[in-house]
Amino acid sequence: MPALRVIKRDEPWRGGALAIVLGALAFSLGAGILMLAAQGKSPVQGAVVLWQGTFGNVFALEDALRKSVPIFLCSLGVAVAFRMQVWNIGAEGQFALGAIGATWAALSFPGLPKIVLLPVMFLAALLAGGLWALIPAWLKLKLKVSEIITTLMLNYIAILLLDYLVFGVWKDPTSFGFPMTPEFSPAAILGPIGGTRLHWGFAVCLVAGVGLWAFFRFTLLGYELKAGGEGARVARYAGLPYGFLVGFVMTVSGALAGLAGCVETSAVLGRLQPSLMAGYGYTAIVVAWLARLEPLPIALASFLLAVLRVGVENLQLEMQIPAAYGMIMEGLILLSVLAGQFFQTFRLGRREG
Amino acid sequence: MNVFKSMGAKLAVFCLGAALTLSLAACGDQKAEQKAADKPAVEAKPAPAADKKIKVGFVYVSPIGDAGYSYAHHQGQKAVAALPFVESSFVESVPEGADSERVITNMARKDFDLVFTTSFGYMDSTLKVAKEFPKVRFMHCSGFKTAENMSNYFGRMYQARYLTGMVAGQMTKKNILGYVAAFPIPEVIRGINAFTLGARSVNPQAQVRVVWTKTWYDPALEKDAAVSLLDVGADVIAQHQDSPGPQEAAQQRGVYSIGYNSDMSAFAPKAHLTAAVWNWAPLYVQTVEEVKNGTWKGGQAIWWGMDKGVVDVAPYGPMVPDAVKAKVEAKRAELKAGTDTVFVGPIKDQAGKERYAAGQKAPDADLLGMTWFVEGVVGTTE
Repeated sequence: MPALRVIKRDEPWRGGALAIVLGALAFSLGAGILMLAAQGKSPVQGAVVLWQGTFGNVFALEDALRKSVPIFLCSLGVAVAFRMQVWNIGAEGQFALGAIGATWAALSFPGLPKIVLLPVMFLAALLAGGLWALIPAWLKLKLKVSEIITTLMLNYIAILLLDYLVFGVWKDPTSFGFPMTPEFSPAAILGPIGGTRLHWGFAVCLVAGVGLWAFFRFTLLGYELKAGGEGARVARYAGLPYGFLVGFVMTVSGALAGLAGCVETSAVLGRLQPSLMAGYGYTAIVVAWLARLEPLPIALASFLLAVLRVGVENLQLEMQIPAAYGMIMEGLILLSVLAGQFFQTFRLGRREG
Repeated sequence: MNVFKSMGAKLAVFCLGAALTLSLAACGDQKAEQKAADKPAVEAKPAPAADKKIKVGFVYVSPIGDAGYSYAHHQGQKAVAALPFVESSFVESVPEGADSERVITNMARKDFDLVFTTSFGYMDSTLKVAKEFPKVRFMHCSGFKTAENMSNYFGRMYQARYLTGMVAGQMTKKNILGYVAAFPIPEVIRGINAFTLGARSVNPQAQVRVVWTKTWYDPALEKDAAVSLLDVGADVIAQHQDSPGPQEAAQQRGVYSIGYNSDMSAFAPKAHLTAAVWNWAPLYVQTVEEVKNGTWKGGQAIWWGMDKGVVDVAPYGPMVPDAVKAKVEAKRAELKAGTDTVFVGPIKDQAGKERYAAGQKAPDADLLGMTWFVEGVVGTTE
C-alpha cells in the first residue's frame, strides 16, 4: 500500500525558503477565503476589497509604509541581539524609553530650532533605549540572570514609568486631567516627505537598515558578532570579548527600538501619551524570526504585516468582517510559515515496499 | 473658536476649555446660551444632496462583542443604520493613536458624510483629519477639542452612577463597596464620586474601595481586581470596565454586583442588581437628522443627561426589594425631569475639606476636570 513518509534531507533545501514562504502565503489565503465563505460573505468581493485596501491604491500603500516604520526598526534591533543568541524580549520597553527620551528633549528645549532639536531628540532616544537595554546585559554578565526574564520584566517597568510621567509630572495642565504631555512645538515634529503622507522616519529606516547590513557584511566587529552567536564558550575559545559583545548588541538593539519610539512620538502623535504603546516590540520578535534575522527580509516582513493590518480594516469597513479576522489571518500566516520550515530539513517520500 | 489661534498655543487651549464650559452650560441654561451666542457663530453645514443616502461611519475602540462600551455604541449605530436615508458602516478594535488616524482618514476619503469617533484617544486624530477634510462632519465622543466641522459629545453617566450607588448603598451589609476602575481620568473619577455620593445618600456608613486596573478591556485582570476587593470584604462590586469579569467574580462569591455600559445580567444573573447603561440611539439619530436637514453644526460640545435618555439604569434584578427600588426611582424621576443635584454641596473631599458648600452646584468645568475623590472613597487618584 503506497503511503507517504518523512525523509530527512541530505542537505538543506536550496531555494526552499522562498518556496516555503510563498506556499504558506497561498495556504493562508486559501484558508482565509474559506473562512469568508463560511461567514456567508463573497470571497471574490473579499479579495477585491482586500486588494483595493492594500496594493490597489497609493493611499493604502503609504499607510502601510507608515505603519511598517516602527515594526521595522524594532525588528531590526531585536534581530541584532538574536544574531548573537542574546534573547532580547524587551523591545517594547526600549521603545517606550526612546519615546520618553525624545519627549524629555522636546519638552525641555522647545525653543531650539528644528535642525538642532530633532537631532537632540534622536540622541536622547538612542541613549535612553540603549542604556535601558544595557541593564539586562549587565545582569546577564555579572549575575548570570537570564535576559529573557529581565528584558520582559523591564518592559512592564518601562511602561509604568511612561504612565507615571504622563499621569504625573509631564501631564498637560490644560488636558482636563487626561494623561498626555502638552503637544510638541513644531520644531520637534518629524514632518512628511514632500507632499506624501510618509514621514522622514521612513528615511531613518533606510539608513538604519543599510547601515546594519553593511556593518555585518564589512566590519570585523560584525563578523565577531556572528561568530559570538555560536555561544559564549565558542566566543571565548576564539578569543572574542564575549562580555563586550553582549553589551554592544544589547545597546544597539535597545537604541534601534528607542529610535522607533522617538519616530512614532514625534512624527505620528506629536506628544507622548499611553496609546503610543501598540505592541510593536512584541510584533518585532515575530517579524525578526520570520525574516531569519536578515535586514532585507525584515523590511519585507514588516511591510507585509503592515499591509495586512491596513487591508483588513478596509475589509471591515466595506464588508463588516469582524476585526478578529485580521488576527486570525496573521496567526495563520505566521504558523504556516513556521510549520513550513519543517520542509527545509525534511521531505516527503513514498514508503518503500 | 478660530479667534483664539493667534494667542499662543497654551492660551488657546485654555480658552478652548473656557469656551467648552460655556457651551456645555448652554445645554440646560438659557442665560449661558445668550453668552454662547456672542462667540463667533459656526455656520450650519449644508445638507448633502437629497437624492443621495447619507454615509455614516463609526470607529470603535474595542470589539463590538456582546456587552461593554463599544457594544453600547454599536446599538446606537444599528438605530442609525435602520434609517431609510442612511448607509452606515463601522470599524471595530481600532487602537488609539496612529492607527485611528488612518481609519478615520480612510472613511473621509470614501466620502462619508458623518463620522463618529467613539473613544477619548481618537481626539487628536479626529481633529487632524477634520482639518484635512473640511466637507466631512465629525463627532468625537468624550473629548474637549472641536473644529469648524467637528463637535464633541458625551453623556452624563454620573447621573446613572449615582442611582446605582443608591442601590448598592442599600443592599450592602458590610458597608464596603468595591469599585474596579480603569484609568484615573476625570470621567472615571467623576463616576466613582457620583457612585459614592449616591451610596452615602442612603447609607452614610458606606465606603467605596477603588482598585485601578489600567485597562479598559481585560476580562481576566479585571476579574482578579474584583477578587482583591472581595478579599477585603466588599459585598457589592461595581465597575468602570468594559468586560463582565468583575460581575462573574461577584457571582462566584455569592455577593452582589453593579454592571456598566449595558445590562450585564446575563453574565451574573444572581449577582447583578442593576447597571449604569448607555443608550446612544437618541443622540445618534438626532445628529444624523441634523445632517440631513442641513442644521448640523461643528464647534459644539454636547453633554446630554438622563433627561434626554442617553444614560439610564438597567432593569433591577429580582433580589432588589421594592423599598430600595422606590427610593431610587424617586431620584430617577427627578433626573429624568432634568433636575440634576448629583454634585450639589455639601461635598467634602477625602481629607474632609469642604469642596462645595451646601446648595452650591459643581460647575461642568469642575466635573470635566475632576481629579480628586469625595469623602467615603478609599483609594488614591493615581
